[in-house]
Amino acid sequence: MFVDFLYHLRGHGIRVTPTEWLALMEALARGHARASLGVFYHLARAMVVKRESLFDTYDRAFAEFFEGVDRQFDLTDELLSWLSNPQLPRELTEAEREQIPHMDLETLHEQFEKRLAEQKERHDGGRHWVGTGGVSPFGNGGSNPQGIRVGGSGGGRTAVKVAGDRRYRNLRSDIVLDTRQMGSALRRLRRLSSDDQAHELDLEKTIDQSARNGGEIEIVMGPPRRNRLRVLLLMDVGGSMDPHAALCEKLFSAAHASTHFKAFKHYYFHNCPYERLYSDMSQLKGRPTAEVLKEVDERWCVILVGDAYMHPYELTQRGGIINYGARNEETGLQWLQRLRQRCPASVWLNPESERVWGAPTIKTVRTVFPMFPLTLDGLTEAVDTLRGAKPNVATKEQPVDPMAAFRSL
Amino acid sequence: MRFSGTSTYITSPELRDIVNVAIDLQKPLLMKGEPGTGKTRLAEAIAEDLGLELLVWNIKSTTKARDGLYVYDTVARLNDARFGDGDVRNIRAYIKHGPLGRAFASDKRMIVLIDEIDKADLEFPNDLLHELDRMSFLVDETGETITARERPIVIITSNNEKELPDAFLRRCVFHFIDFPTPDFMRDIVHVHHPDVEKALLDEVLTRFFWIRDLPELRKRPSTSELVDWIAALRRAGISAERITSELPFLGVLLKRETDVELVKRAASRPRRPGF
Repeated sequence: MFVDFLYHLRGHGIRVTPTEWLALMEALARGHARASLGVFYHLARAMVVKRESLFDTYDRAFAEFFEGVDRQFDLTDELLSWLSNPQLPRELTEAEREQIPHMDLETLHEQFEKRLAEQKERHDGGRHWVGTGGVSPFGNGGSNPQGIRVGGSGGGRTAVKVAGDRRYRNLRSDIVLDTRQMGSALRRLRRLSSDDQAHELDLEKTIDQSARNGGEIEIVMGPPRRNRLRVLLLMDVGGSMDPHAALCEKLFSAAHASTHFKAFKHYYFHNCPYERLYSDMSQLKGRPTAEVLKEVDERWCVILVGDAYMHPYELTQRGGIINYGARNEETGLQWLQRLRQRCPASVWLNPESERVWGAPTIKTVRTVFPMFPLTLDGLTEAVDTLRGAKPNVATKEQPVDPMAAFRSL
Repeated sequence: MRFSGTSTYITSPELRDIVNVAIDLQKPLLMKGEPGTGKTRLAEAIAEDLGLELLVWNIKSTTKARDGLYVYDTVARLNDARFGDGDVRNIRAYIKHGPLGRAFASDKRMIVLIDEIDKADLEFPNDLLHELDRMSFLVDETGETITARERPIVIITSNNEKELPDAFLRRCVFHFIDFPTPDFMRDIVHVHHPDVEKALLDEVLTRFFWIRDLPELRKRPSTSELVDWIAALRRAGISAERITSELPFLGVLLKRETDVELVKRAASRPRRPGF
């Protein structure tokens, strides 16, 4: 049963590691759940879910798992049976296996038995962790058949119901919240000096070395630790982008406020960049795209933001530009390809839901740029792509057959 | 050793449980939550309740992991060597322990607060992993290993400026302080303003949560700003009715001019029935 819960969480994309799992078991054996599903809800969350953006996922997983189950779920029996045959998932990665700490399960087992024995003698309903009903299962210790009070106030709310409230929905990382979070995602976008030439005075080390050297000045040089990252932000405005204006504005202010870029430029376009990029879309003030491209090179990261949703003409035909009175000699697609060639580190962020990414123009744009949703997760992935790093986002696992993968420690 | 809250710092029961788990399992407790939800105050409350000494390590962007353990003051030693003070052969005298170092070296159990860990460089938390796991560190200059006799209780706060590395997160017990519900907020306000009038408090809380819910707000006001706002309103002797009509001292509550204007605009909008 316990292992099932672990699988259940992993199946929902919460990567519980063995270290965390064993820590939770230890906490249970030391009596921290007090035989209450309500306390267990918070305890398990504190031990195995380390990001508030996953709280909502945890809530759903918890409610799903304990719905109806908590009538028969007996913590004591569960823990005893787990301790007599401790199991961990078989499909652990090499790295995860290395984390399995040395843990004295014998001792844990003894501790647990001792507590149980103590409890049977004393029959106190107070601070001791196995509820008033003696060796009581989860959920039938109180007057409420389905569960235990949570949080001391409010009364009568079961843990399953509390989890079912999904109070952390707003903290999910697959919806975007605020400028601050975007800023924090962008902060990971950095490229520290890659040439190892030490041509900058390291003042602190120089003082330290000189002092160790009896006061003879000893200069210590080091590679500059300045971020050399340059960012070009191109945003689609107007038309179908209007509903996303607030979101785009947030991204813009986050990028603009990011003081760690060596250089930052931004321009607007409508539907697709052509000959001109605009610094003010409403007044059509701007510069020739070719000029802008001359000023950037492969050291620049380009972030394009747009829904890539337009008439196919606008992308593939000469003269397809939508702006009245303008005419493009080269297709939008050609401009996109040129941009990509000039700055290989480039991504496209799309505020539209991934469900509609099958649209023809979106598909075409995706052949040129890697595309990510404009959410916190998407932005993080985009940043990882720009850094040339592997995506750091936990990939969702498919739920596995819990019985198939048992492995004894 | 059980933490049960203090009279001046109100904690939710689940937070108390989590604190006790972290203490019992000897794992660092990582606290997150909106600014002003009392993350830093928690460490003080634990110290007060358990009667332990609190060592605060305020993290800055330039802080390095080793600073928390020890600093070798080479300049002081050189100075002494030149001007003849102190025993310069004794390097140990120039090793100054940082907050973690002091807690390890002490024979009493201490609480170490690593405040705003997200301010430091991205690698900072990883650099501390070894020391937090083993609760010991090596002083390079003397070859001495300092091992904690009493493992300190480690509380870490983060404001989410940066993501923390997975390896670090795995080792922590994590708690996210929810923003207080209106009822809980009432209790918190009573700690700071025990004799506040009910009518005033009702009005203030209604307005406060209404402001927090405005979607375009750039920075939502926090508990400490609410407490300050109430202090300002009471000192000026403003009645409950005037709070609704005038929203005085908004500057205490909101730190951005655009937010102040936004709230004023929203307040002047006629309220439509049914909304």
